[in-house]
Amino acid sequence: MSSSTPFSSPVFGGARCFVKVRGFLPALPALILLFCFFLFPVVRMLGFSVEAGTLDWYAKALGEGLYLEVFWNTFEIAMIVTAVCLLLGYPVGFLIATTTPGWATLGFIFVLLPLWTSVLVRTYAWMVLLGRNGVFNRWLIDIGLVSDPLPLLNNFSGVLIGMVHVLLPYMVLPIYGAVRRLDPALVSAAQGLGASSWRVFWRVYLPLTAPGIFAGATIVFVLSLGFFITPALLGGGKVMMLAVLIEQQIHQTLNWPFAAALSAVLLALTVGVYSLAQLFTRQEARS
Amino acid sequence: MASRSADLEVEGLVKRFGEVVALDGVSLDIASGELLTILGPSGSGKTTLLKVVAGFETPDAGAVKVDGIDITTMPPAKRDIGMVFQNYALFPHLTVARNVAFPLEMRNAPRAEIDKRVGEALNLVELKGFENRLPRQLSGGQQQRVALARAIVFNPRLLLLDEPFGALDRKLRETMQLEVRRLQRRLGLTTVFITHDQEEALVLSDRIAVMNRGAIQQVASTTEIYERPANDFVADFVGESNIFHGTVTETGSVTLESGRRLLITHSAPVGSRVGVLMRPERFGRGPNTFNGEIREAVYLGSSLKLRLACDDGLELIVRLPVTGPLPASGSRISTGIEPESIHVF
Amino acid sequence: MSRRLLVVLCAAIYTFLMLPLVVVFPISFSSALYMQFPPPGFSLQWYERYLDDPQWIDATVRSLYIGGATAVLALALGVPLAFSLARGRFAGRLLVDRIALAPLVVPTIILSVGLYGLFAKLKLIGEWYGLVAAHTVLALPFVVLVTVAGLRDFDRALEQAAEGLGAGRVQTLLRVTLPLLRPSLVSAGLLAFISSFDELVVALFLAGPNMTLPKKMFDNIMMEIDPTIAAVSVMQILLVSIVLVLIGRFGRGLQGSAR
Repeated sequence: MSSSTPFSSPVFGGARCFVKVRGFLPALPALILLFCFFLFPVVRMLGFSVEAGTLDWYAKALGEGLYLEVFWNTFEIAMIVTAVCLLLGYPVGFLIATTTPGWATLGFIFVLLPLWTSVLVRTYAWMVLLGRNGVFNRWLIDIGLVSDPLPLLNNFSGVLIGMVHVLLPYMVLPIYGAVRRLDPALVSAAQGLGASSWRVFWRVYLPLTAPGIFAGATIVFVLSLGFFITPALLGGGKVMMLAVLIEQQIHQTLNWPFAAALSAVLLALTVGVYSLAQLFTRQEARS
Repeated sequence: MASRSADLEVEGLVKRFGEVVALDGVSLDIASGELLTILGPSGSGKTTLLKVVAGFETPDAGAVKVDGIDITTMPPAKRDIGMVFQNYALFPHLTVARNVAFPLEMRNAPRAEIDKRVGEALNLVELKGFENRLPRQLSGGQQQRVALARAIVFNPRLLLLDEPFGALDRKLRETMQLEVRRLQRRLGLTTVFITHDQEEALVLSDRIAVMNRGAIQQVASTTEIYERPANDFVADFVGESNIFHGTVTETGSVTLESGRRLLITHSAPVGSRVGVLMRPERFGRGPNTFNGEIREAVYLGSSLKLRLACDDGLELIVRLPVTGPLPASGSRISTGIEPESIHVF
Repeated sequence: MSRRLLVVLCAAIYTFLMLPLVVVFPISFSSALYMQFPPPGFSLQWYERYLDDPQWIDATVRSLYIGGATAVLALALGVPLAFSLARGRFAGRLLVDRIALAPLVVPTIILSVGLYGLFAKLKLIGEWYGLVAAHTVLALPFVVLVTVAGLRDFDRALEQAAEGLGAGRVQTLLRVTLPLLRPSLVSAGLLAFISSFDELVVALFLAGPNMTLPKKMFDNIMMEIDPTIAAVSVMQILLVSIVLVLIGRFGRGLQGSAR
């Protein structure tokens, strides 16, 4: 009576050879919108860069020192912002993940509230805080720490502070997730084996939360590359990033082909970094 | 509630998921008013069988018939089959009363009738007064009862129970088993019950169908399944067992692979290869004697369970009544079994 | 010991996070005529100026209905898309998933410039529905992420139970699936609204002469910093707080959605 067919291990690949369309239809309206207002306009715009049939605009973007410096600037700022976000984000994510539920909720609110507050409101507030006559400089002068106001705005430091403030939540949340997923028994085990709390951190927490750190760093870095509002407002025209340059090419110089070439490079950078990170994550997960 | 209980027939059901064969030609007949248990280990295909009957899966081959009418491709909503899910699947956003009323509302029953029938169903499962609670405000046993009430309130033709007691603790499980049995008898409802727990199957069923690897191994009454299993799998899966293989060397005698001879009453033809089953609790006295050393002794309250290494090389599990102090492992013992207590298959 | 150090460190970081939100409150109630801190006295003049200025009101109203329309459209398109992604079994599902989430990764400036070129050609600059379409592109990933997370936690036995009890596909969707998904849908809709209500870069290119609130704020910051913008900021912060409270109350997956 027993079955004559061998009971093979669950392999679901067998059905893949059929063309499957089950459940595709509901996606269609959204895909049409994304095509009309996202894919098509972006590709069309990028096409302007090679309209002349040459790659001259790319040669200009990647060849002239002035523009190369903007690329380098953008990259450098993105790196620094990512590093600072990591340094500030880890303790917060860690704390929220390991505290009592009540405090965790509060901790979350104070991360999410800035996240969802308009970037403009925050940028304006930083102007008030960091300006020559701003709150911070007044206070420094009042307590006699400095005699002349510090140049905190319209320069690199202003952009850095503003960007870190905007992007910090994106770092906190994945780190929170990673710490949360840790098995507390592991930590107890490490402590039980006599490791000091710093040791536990370096040897257990840090390596095991690396995926969260990596995810947070990736998103912060990628978002930094395309940042516009903060450098435009807090940089005072002295900090040139790619997105700002693109906007200038459109609104001031009306140089569409060049803006398109810059956009193409920015897009390639962003998608490249993102895909590379994804690939790396998947490989890690496999090994 | 007037019963409109139906009989169920499945014929040659085949269902594959990729390369996995979940059902490999399953046929069953269930009479109106009968409670049939499908017993099998996880992965044996029993849940798939239930899903095919309920209409959540379409078989690759074969047919499902209710009262002789083929419903294989009928959508689940049209089948009039009550089902209790593993985790009850109560709607968490609806009160107890609204949960139970759901199937009636779907059938556009008039309000007054809905109220009356919901009241009756809740009475039946002894949950009067819980109408306005939400499922999460109930205990596991109460949720179970709501699920049961919801499955029978619309007077289904068939009731399917998918491991409904898995999440309950032992005591509650036993109470619920008896309650389901009582309810099923009272309503005369054709019921298919799925479990991997052989004890549960023995308590509840009229008949048991043992499943393994997508195929039915044996369908028989509870006593038949236990006393006269059809093959190794059934003998091993239902209850504790000592199973050996051998050859019938002369009428009424079997020679095991180890060389040991056993007296049997079974009249299998001389020379045939057979399986031999000895239930541990059947040992005591008899012409088939075993002498050996106790390897392990466990005190089970009502009986002693011994692992015995016999001098002739057999290893036996034996249950004996408690007569004195727990015998030490390593001590020697002698026991026997009657030829009629040995099942040959 | 090191735990205390962590708490102190985090307190400092939280101060950094919340300081910009807190500082606009006193300034918005300042009686001074220009930016001065601490404010010399209390007054509601900046709120009055905001309320009396038809440009501000106009921009606010426009942002509100663009945000509302965006939320509705993003839900109408994004929820079916999420069902497709979470439950569909079709060739190219991964590609659709990538496309749906791409607006999160692709810099907004690129989308803006692309749409600017197209809309200029189609004479759509300054049209509110053009902005709604663009904002919906940006809001879709939020809706998809939150709804897919909701669907992933969804116990499908409930749908089978409904169907087994006599509910058809549509009845199951309306009576069981969507009601149970409501917290996710509330979160998704509110996030879509906020993402549009705060959006500046696209509006900078596409709004034309018809100001949205963020664009009006941007122009104000560029030209003259007077505390009116502090008053607007306070109202914006309060609005976001209300939305977050609503999400906490009736929604779900806030942590998940932001991740």
